[in-house]
Amino acid sequence: MIELTVNGIKRQVDVVPEMPLLWVLRDELGITSPKYGCGVAQCGACTVQIDGMAVRSCQSHIGEVAGKSVVTLEGLDKKEQHPVLQAWIEHQVPQCGYCQTGQIMQAISLLDLISNPTDDEINQVMSGNLCRCGTYPRIRAAIHAAAAKKMAEK
Amino acid sequence: MGHMQSLSRRAFVIGSAAVAGGIAFGAYGSAEAAAPSADDNPLAAGLGPNSVTFNPWVEISPDKITLIAQHADIGQGVGSVQPIMIAEEMDLDPGQFGIRFAGPSPAYFNTGFADEFAPFVAADQSPAAEEARAKTLEWLRQAGLQMTGGSSTLPDTYDKLRVAGAVARETLKAAAAKRSGVAVADLRTQSGHVILPNGTKIAYVALAAEASKIPPVLDAQPRDPSKWRMLGKPMMRLDVRSKVMGELKFGIDQRTEGMMYASVKLNPNKGQPLKSYDAGKARSMPGVKKILEIKNGVAVIATNSWYAMKAVEAIACEWAPSAYPAEQADHWKVLESSFKPEFLGKEWRKIGDIEAGLKTGKLVEAEYRAPYVAHQPLEPLNGIGLVTDKGMEIWVGHQSPRFVQYVAATAIGLKPEQVTFHNQWSGGSFGHRLEYENVRVLAEIANQMKGTPIKLVFSREEDFLQDIPRQIAIARHRGSVDKSKIVAADLQLASTTPLKGLLERSGTPSKDPDGQLAAGLWNVYYDIPNFRATSYEAQGLSPSTTWRSVGASTSGFFTESFIDELIHAAGLDPMKARIAMCTVPHYRKVLETVAEMSDWKGPLGNGRGRGVAFVESFGTPTAEVVEVTATDRGIRIDKVWVAADVGKVVDPVNFENQVQGGVVWGLGHAINCELTYAKGAVQQTNYNHHEAMRIYQCPVIEVRGLENDPKVRGVGEPPVPPAAPALANAIFAATGKRIREMPFNKFIDFV
Repeated sequence: MIELTVNGIKRQVDVVPEMPLLWVLRDELGITSPKYGCGVAQCGACTVQIDGMAVRSCQSHIGEVAGKSVVTLEGLDKKEQHPVLQAWIEHQVPQCGYCQTGQIMQAISLLDLISNPTDDEINQVMSGNLCRCGTYPRIRAAIHAAAAKKMAEK
Repeated sequence: MGHMQSLSRRAFVIGSAAVAGGIAFGAYGSAEAAAPSADDNPLAAGLGPNSVTFNPWVEISPDKITLIAQHADIGQGVGSVQPIMIAEEMDLDPGQFGIRFAGPSPAYFNTGFADEFAPFVAADQSPAAEEARAKTLEWLRQAGLQMTGGSSTLPDTYDKLRVAGAVARETLKAAAAKRSGVAVADLRTQSGHVILPNGTKIAYVALAAEASKIPPVLDAQPRDPSKWRMLGKPMMRLDVRSKVMGELKFGIDQRTEGMMYASVKLNPNKGQPLKSYDAGKARSMPGVKKILEIKNGVAVIATNSWYAMKAVEAIACEWAPSAYPAEQADHWKVLESSFKPEFLGKEWRKIGDIEAGLKTGKLVEAEYRAPYVAHQPLEPLNGIGLVTDKGMEIWVGHQSPRFVQYVAATAIGLKPEQVTFHNQWSGGSFGHRLEYENVRVLAEIANQMKGTPIKLVFSREEDFLQDIPRQIAIARHRGSVDKSKIVAADLQLASTTPLKGLLERSGTPSKDPDGQLAAGLWNVYYDIPNFRATSYEAQGLSPSTTWRSVGASTSGFFTESFIDELIHAAGLDPMKARIAMCTVPHYRKVLETVAEMSDWKGPLGNGRGRGVAFVESFGTPTAEVVEVTATDRGIRIDKVWVAADVGKVVDPVNFENQVQGGVVWGLGHAINCELTYAKGAVQQTNYNHHEAMRIYQCPVIEVRGLENDPKVRGVGEPPVPPAAPALANAIFAATGKRIREMPFNKFIDFV
C-alpha cells in the first residue's frame, strides 16, 4: 500500500511504485481533471501540484509521491472564486477543453512565481503545454486578466 | 405512456421549408419516395409518461426539457450553439434545459453537405447549381447521411433548429390556450413559461402532457435576427464553465460498474493483419488479466489503463508487411509518376484555351509538395464497449453515429441496429474521429469479453501509428503572364484520396473522382482567361483521410503560392492584384477587408515581409495576411489578420476562437509537421516528432467576420487553407526565398 494525500484527503493505493501518478489519479482514484495526452511530458495536460509545485503527473512515479500532498484542479482552494479559473471563463478560453485543466494548473504556478508576467514570460513558462485547438491567444489574455485580478485582491 | 405527435418528420420538414426559404426540402414528391425511417422522430421511442416530442431535437417531460445536439462536439462549440439556436426560439434561458447528443438516426441526415457535394463552385448561385444542390440534398435525405464534418453544422442547422424551436414554442402556446381559454395571440413566452395576459405563468414542463395531445403548429415562424436575445451577440458557450472547472467528462473520463481496462498494439502497416505474437513476458506483468488476439493485433485486459499499456508494449508481434511502399521515398516516386491519363481523377474546370494561353508571354512553372500529416487530437482514441447476447453498447466520441453502428456490427457479426451508440464530448478531432480504428478493435475486444464492460485507451504512440493521415500530394502548376496580367493557369495535382478512402471505410464506397481533390484547386475566383484544374489519384499509397479543411489544406497552399508567383512575375502587388482579379464582389470585399485591417501598403523592407492568401473552402471565402520578420534566429511570425464571410456570425466569441485556432493549426503544421513511413510504419510517434504550434510561436491574430454571403456558412475549417500560403508568401517577401514544400522548417529556420 502506498499512502499519499490528494486534495487534502489521505488515500491508499495498491499499485506498483513505478506507476505514474497520472494513472493512479485517473484510474485508481477516479480524479479525471489531469488528462493523459502524451505520457512523455510533451503536452502538459496532466499537470498537478505536488507539495505546491506544478509537475507533470505522467512523469511522477507513485512510489516517489508517497507521503506527499497532491493537489489537482478539483482540489484548488476557493475554486469557484479562483482568479485564474474566473479569467479562463470570462475569456472563454476552451475549445475542446482537454488541455485546459493542465494549462490552468501551469498558469497558477506561473502567477505564483511571477505576479505580472510579460508575454515573453508567459511564452517561456507555458510552452510546455500543448493546445491542439490553438487557444493560445486566449490563454495569454486570460493570464494577464488573472494577474490583474490577483493584484486587485491584494 | 406519453405519445408522439401524429406528426411525421416529413410534415415537419415541409412545414419548415415553407418558412426557411431556399431550402429545397419538401420539393420532393410523395411519402413513398422516402426511406420510411428518415421520416421518423427517433425521440418518440424513448419518451416517458406525459411527455412530448415535437421533432427530433426537442423533448419535454414533466420534469425537464432536453434539447438534442445533432452534430458531435469535437471542440468546435456546436454542443453549445445547436441547443442555443433552439432555445432562442423557445424562449429558454441557459440552465433551463439539458443537452443530449443525438443517437444514430436518418432523421439527423446532414443537409449541410448539399453544397459541398454538388459539383459547382460555392460562389455559383445559378439555377443549375441550385438544382444540383437540391438533388444532392434529396440524395442525402434518402441516404440518411448523419455526419459532423465539412464545417457543415451551421449550414445544416441554422434554419432547421430555429424552426424546431419555433414549432415547440407555438405548440406549447396552443396547449396553454386550450387549457386557459385565452387566444394564442394574447399569449407570450418567456424563460421557459407561457405567460397569460393576467400575468399567470405556465411552465413548459407542466404543458408537456397536453401538448402531446394536440396537433403541432407546423407553420411556426422563426424570429427575425433583429429580435434575437442570444444569437449573434457575444454569449457564453455552455460548455466553458464545466471545462474550466474540470467537471466535464470526456469519453476517456467515463467509467462504468465492473469495467476492465484494455490497450492495444496493432499492425503499424495500416490495414494489414497480425501474423504471430509472443506474450510470454506480458502475461506475468502487474495487473494483467488477459491477452487477446484480434484481427490486426493484440490487446491486453488489465486492472487499469497503464498496466494494460505497459503489458501490451511488452508483447512481441510479427506483422504482415504493408500493402503500400514501405519507405517514404517510394511514396513520393509513386506520386511523381501519377500525372498520367490512367490516374486521371477529373478535369474539374476548363476556361479558355489553356495551351494557347501558356504560350503567351512569360511561362512560369513550379512544383509543390505536401506530406502526410497526423491529426492527433489531445484526447487519444478510446471508448467503452459492452457486448451481450442482445448486441453491443458503445460509448465513444465520434462524428458519424450510423457508421459507428455499421463498423462495430460488421466487426463482430451483428446487425447495425443491434449496436447502441452513446456519443461523448471529444477532446478534439480534426478529422480523426471520422475514422474507426478504436471502434473496430473495441468491438472485437468486447466481443471476446462478453458481459464485461471494456474501456479501451490507445497509448499516444499507438494513436500516432494508427492515425490515417492527411493526403500526400504533389502539384505541378504552369502559368503565364503577359503585359502585367496573368494569362493562363494550368493547375494539376496528384494526390491520395481522403474522402474516397473515408467513404470506403464507412461502408459506402464511391467510384466517383474524389471531390476533395478539387477543393482549393478549381474554386479559383480570379479573372484568368485561360484556366484548367485537374486532379490525378495516386494508387497503392497509404490510406488517407479528411484532415481539418481536407483537400483545401494542401491545394490551398499550392494554388495561392502559385498565384503569388504569377503575380510576382507580372510585377504586381500581391494584394492589389488579387483584389483587381477577384470576380465575385463579396469575395473581393473579404480581400479588401483584410487589406484594410492590415493597412496593406506594399513591401515593408528591413527583413520584414507580408504575404496574403485567399481561399474559399466549404463555401466560406477567407483571406489572411501574415507578417514575418527574418531574424538571426530564423523567421518570426509577428501578426496575422483574417477576414472571413460566413453570411451570419451566429456565435461571435466562439467564431473568433475558431478562426484563431484554425490559423494556429494551419501555420503550426505547415512549419514543422509531417509523417514519414519507414518499414511500413510512420516514424513519428509523439508530439516531440510532430509538434505543430506552441504558444511561444503564436502571433497576435486579428479576426473579422463578414456577413455578405447569401448563405450561412461554417468556419471550423476555412481559416486553415490560407494560413500556409500566406506564410510562405510572407517569407518570400521578407527573404526572397520561395518555399514550395511543407513542412517549411526543412528549408528555413523559425524562431
